[in-house]
Amino acid sequence: MAEKANPQRAFLEVSDLSVQFPTEDGIVRAVDGVSFAIERGKTLAIVGESGSGKSVTAQAVMGLINKRNADVSGEVIFDGEDLVAMPEEGLRKLRGNKMAMIFQDPMSSLHPFYRIGDQLTEAVNAHEKVSKASARDRAIEMLHKVGIPAPAKRFDDYPHQFSGGMRQRVMIAMALINSPSLLIADEPTTALDVTVQAQIIELISQLQREFDTAVILITHDLGIVAHVADEVAVMYGARVVESGSVDDIFYHPQMPYTLGLLASIPRLNQVHGDRLDPIPGNPPSPLRLPAGCVFNPRCGYQDRVTGDLCQTQRPALESVGAGHRVRCHLPATERQAVAELVLSALGRSSA
Amino acid sequence: MSAYVVRRVISMIILLLLLTLVVFILFSLLPADPARLTCGKGCTPEVLEANRHKLGLDLPVIQQYWEFMKGLFVGRIYAADSPDPVVCNAPCLGYSFKRGEEVLVLIKDRLPATIWLALGAFILWLAAGISLGIYAALRRGRWQDKTVMGISLAGYSLPSFFLGLMAIFFIVIRLQLLPYPAYVSPFENPIQFFQTMLLPWIVLAILYAAFYMRLTRNQMLEVLGEDYIRTARAKGLPERVVIRKHALRAGLTPIVTAAGLDLAGLLGGAIITESIFSLPGLGSLAVNSVNDADLPVIVGITLVTATFIIVANLVVDLLYAVIDPRVRLV
Repeated sequence: MAEKANPQRAFLEVSDLSVQFPTEDGIVRAVDGVSFAIERGKTLAIVGESGSGKSVTAQAVMGLINKRNADVSGEVIFDGEDLVAMPEEGLRKLRGNKMAMIFQDPMSSLHPFYRIGDQLTEAVNAHEKVSKASARDRAIEMLHKVGIPAPAKRFDDYPHQFSGGMRQRVMIAMALINSPSLLIADEPTTALDVTVQAQIIELISQLQREFDTAVILITHDLGIVAHVADEVAVMYGARVVESGSVDDIFYHPQMPYTLGLLASIPRLNQVHGDRLDPIPGNPPSPLRLPAGCVFNPRCGYQDRVTGDLCQTQRPALESVGAGHRVRCHLPATERQAVAELVLSALGRSSA
Repeated sequence: MSAYVVRRVISMIILLLLLTLVVFILFSLLPADPARLTCGKGCTPEVLEANRHKLGLDLPVIQQYWEFMKGLFVGRIYAADSPDPVVCNAPCLGYSFKRGEEVLVLIKDRLPATIWLALGAFILWLAAGISLGIYAALRRGRWQDKTVMGISLAGYSLPSFFLGLMAIFFIVIRLQLLPYPAYVSPFENPIQFFQTMLLPWIVLAILYAAFYMRLTRNQMLEVLGEDYIRTARAKGLPERVVIRKHALRAGLTPIVTAAGLDLAGLLGGAIITESIFSLPGLGSLAVNSVNDADLPVIVGITLVTATFIIVANLVVDLLYAVIDPRVRLV
């Protein structure tokens, strides 16, 4: 397929993706002009609060948004093909095959009435004509790969006979059974015990190396992001407000929201009794996104911006370095000053 | 599983025994005197007394019950000490002196019409109710959904006697599309059987289908929002597989419950539909027996109907375990 791909294009390139749901109360802007790109073998982390549009973005990429209930616009170029314009049958052939997804809650993501093995072979048979025996072999091999003990025996078990972590392993096995080149993991560890979380993340990374998969990891756990991501896109109020390499985001953050996120992580070296620094206020309702910059009602640095730009003008995604982009009205020098201020308060310096 | 079934069957038998007792006591408290009703116009106290003895009504209620239960297992001879005793063979559900026939025979005669009516309507309403319910759920909030729900509301609101009479009036009398209903066994004359049953099936099915449309739609809407449905789509399964294999199966449990109990209830006789279409079923037998205060027949029908419902309950519970592997029958 390599000859089909445009060399200028990234393996997956999302540009200006918007998803709107018309409802009785008005239009819900779940995703508003989101752009990002990712190469094979790399991991892009999408971070942000609940309701910032992370999951809807992922589902839009997978073509899981029902176009009857939503307007999807923009481009999702996946290996040279635009998924937004693609008819449902084409998307279906890609889903679970060239691109796959694992979800937040493994307890409810497997069908409770069907055997694990049947749910796995179903994923094989949806895309390939293979014999029952070879589909079974592949499923058992996959279960083995994700670390299910005695996979041939567990093949015939039902989901309720598995623990949460084991179910998430099954979900990963199901997602990777057709060796997809893109894997979207939507908060894959949120519902799991902390000790299991690390195992699952490690498993995803290991299988990513084996299959050379591009991984989009949706999470609000910045610890995981620092650990596995190559690129990071920070989402807030349906938009990407800052994106860049993991170093850019952790060491040279520029957008006040990103700074707020970093400041709100508990730190082990924190003085006991010191309070965490949460971002004041609540995320905006996607029904009524603020005019101008979506973060303006919660941003403490608006006085450094001349005029009422923050309230009236939507900031453009501005390039501030190789691959590092920021959506903020603060002038470059002010952004530096603000970053300096916040990071030094955290006991770090923005070198 | 088999231990579960054995236990359920035992409790079923106990339940039925208790039920017979309650039914028996209830009916013995009725003001109607069955002996008087067998006696006719020129009744003398002597004849009345003789009849009462013949029916076993001169015994205390508990002893009557004992005789009844004994009859169920070993048969019974009424008025054994008189010159013309009446023999009722086991299992004897009682003897209708009014009709001069064993209750079991009466029920056996009437049961086929009722079973055919119930089964035909059952298949129709499940097919229509479930498919329209799914259709409405998939087009939630659109005109198709609203149309189906409108039909459901109409079907729910129209009484079956009205629908039945309208059907006979327009289709049989006015348009003469079908001959006047006259029940025959399907093995005797299948064409006439179908011509007779078609309208009752539809009339009865409309009422039930209305309920199943709503039930199926609501179940589907709930299930379609489940995470595992999204997983099924993310796997790349075609939408019809997602709907039929993943969503419908998960939403089936309450539909199976309702269907089992509704069918069982109907096997006890669809009184109105049977009466309108003059079908010789259990329902019309029950109505006639109540009018005649034909106590043994009423008791018999009550017991048969109750048995159907209790058995249906067991079958439904067993089906749960088949549908949902998480259900443990203990």
